[in-house]
Amino acid sequence: MAQRSVAPTLPTGLVAFVKRDCPTCVLVAPVLEQLAKAGSLTVYTQDDVEFPAGLVPVDDTELAVSWHHEIEAVPTLLRVEGGQERERVLGWHRDEWEALCGVPGLGPGLPDWRPGCGSLSVDPDRAPALRARFSGGRLAARRLELSESEDPYEALDARGWTDGLPVVPPTEERVLAMLDGTSRAPDEVVATVPPDLVPCTVEKVAINAVMAGCKPEYLPVVLAALEAACSDAFNAHGLLATTMPAGPVVIVNGPIRRRIGMNSGGNVFGQGNRANSTIGRALQLVIRNVGGGRPGEVDRAAHGNPGKVGFCFPEDEEGSPFEPLSVSLGMAAGVDTVTLFPGEGPRCIVDQLSRDPESLARSFAVNLRTLHHPKLILAFDCVLAVGPEHARVFREAGWSREKLAERLHALLQIPGDELVRGAGGIAEGAPETARGATLPKFRPDGILIVHCGGGAGLFSAMIGGWAGGAIGSQPVIQEIAPWA
Amino acid sequence: MGVENREPRVLLDPTSERRPTRRERQPRLASLDGVTIGLLDISKPRGDVFLDRLEARLHEQGAETLRFRKPTFTKPAPTDLRQQIATSCGAVIEALTD
Repeated sequence: MAQRSVAPTLPTGLVAFVKRDCPTCVLVAPVLEQLAKAGSLTVYTQDDVEFPAGLVPVDDTELAVSWHHEIEAVPTLLRVEGGQERERVLGWHRDEWEALCGVPGLGPGLPDWRPGCGSLSVDPDRAPALRARFSGGRLAARRLELSESEDPYEALDARGWTDGLPVVPPTEERVLAMLDGTSRAPDEVVATVPPDLVPCTVEKVAINAVMAGCKPEYLPVVLAALEAACSDAFNAHGLLATTMPAGPVVIVNGPIRRRIGMNSGGNVFGQGNRANSTIGRALQLVIRNVGGGRPGEVDRAAHGNPGKVGFCFPEDEEGSPFEPLSVSLGMAAGVDTVTLFPGEGPRCIVDQLSRDPESLARSFAVNLRTLHHPKLILAFDCVLAVGPEHARVFREAGWSREKLAERLHALLQIPGDELVRGAGGIAEGAPETARGATLPKFRPDGILIVHCGGGAGLFSAMIGGWAGGAIGSQPVIQEIAPWA
Repeated sequence: MGVENREPRVLLDPTSERRPTRRERQPRLASLDGVTIGLLDISKPRGDVFLDRLEARLHEQGAETLRFRKPTFTKPAPTDLRQQIATSCGAVIEALTD
């Protein structure tokens, strides 16, 4: 695959890049005339083929030569031998120009030094298009050329490539910019994506991340989330195919949360933060577009939930009385991670009166028991998102995450007589064999505790899982690969 | 440069760029006589109840049956299991729901 178009060969001798719009270029025009008379000089002009007057500049208004030779400023003076650049001077420096040319007495009436201007080939308004034009060849995806009359937003929706909300059109410019967010090669395979079990490249992830509205710096999180989602343990295939409402929930830990501006505070599960809103969406678009997982097809959800558009949030580690979730799952502190959880939408736990940890733990437990059904046990994991005002109670009492989890498990040992089918006048429930026994609501690792949310409000939240454990899906933690 | 000129005209395909192969269905069985029917339990509750009943009916009509079971309903059947069913049965009935 061509990585980029071939750089035009430069002629031997002195080579200058200029633009009329640059006062320093205008200033050195007489010097260029002087050099042209003294020997071999080729001038490339970026904005005006009549400039400099008195010379015959080469038209580089398309900026192909400037872009390929990475001209950052004008004037730039090069010494070229056999197509190879030997020396380069940026701006006007009499001494350096004289040394490079071997010609003394350049520009006698000029100041000794003047800085240049930015090259048009690095102008922020032009550079993305130039890059797409000259290095778009490194992208392997099929090109879709729209007619003049097609609205790109409608065209993408008409092809079934959206989640029902508009997506950002994935142009070469935007995808190349997205790929700047990772050191991984565009053709590297990230994961095999269900349900079609398609090997998915970094480039395809980048295309879908553009569509989701991600910034390039979010891409490493999306890549890690996809790897974790497509692991056998997480079982994205089953999660997609289930009639239950769950979808992939992405929990982010580590310094990257702050670097990319995620929100772990007020409205943490809600709208308004671009990173929170788009990372989970990018994952879901990859599963839809690359994996072929669409509602009504392999996605058999009876109700689904709004979080299936994308559900991603970071833990508030700084304000937490507990060790980070990632550390409790065996990662070193300070490592960037995603934890994938198969979750439904969050539900609020209100307790505005408990001021001691035992009372609050009991509040949590009675709420957690209701997940999916108060009489169903051991089938679902959960995320318990402890809000800051509740967390304060545990901090003041010196409770660790471990102690809270242990207490919740103890409080969620349920008499089988309450669980059996028919108990409470409800047919749903555990088999008759549960009678007389005491059974836990959750499996031992089935409660994931995170700390997040706004500083006001004596609330926490719980997110119910889907078929937990080896039978269905296990939470999977994955390091977000550092820049290599 | 006007906004209308900046509308993208060339987009990159976000899909796998693959098309599933269409395969013809096997012809419908003309008779159950001497045919081995696979009965696949996907490990959903009460799938066995449904398959037990079907098995009895199939035996009445002269069919042989073989029982199979997926390790979990949440994952696709393992390749070995699919292979085993394909090589030992003339047709397969799957008990999908609980």
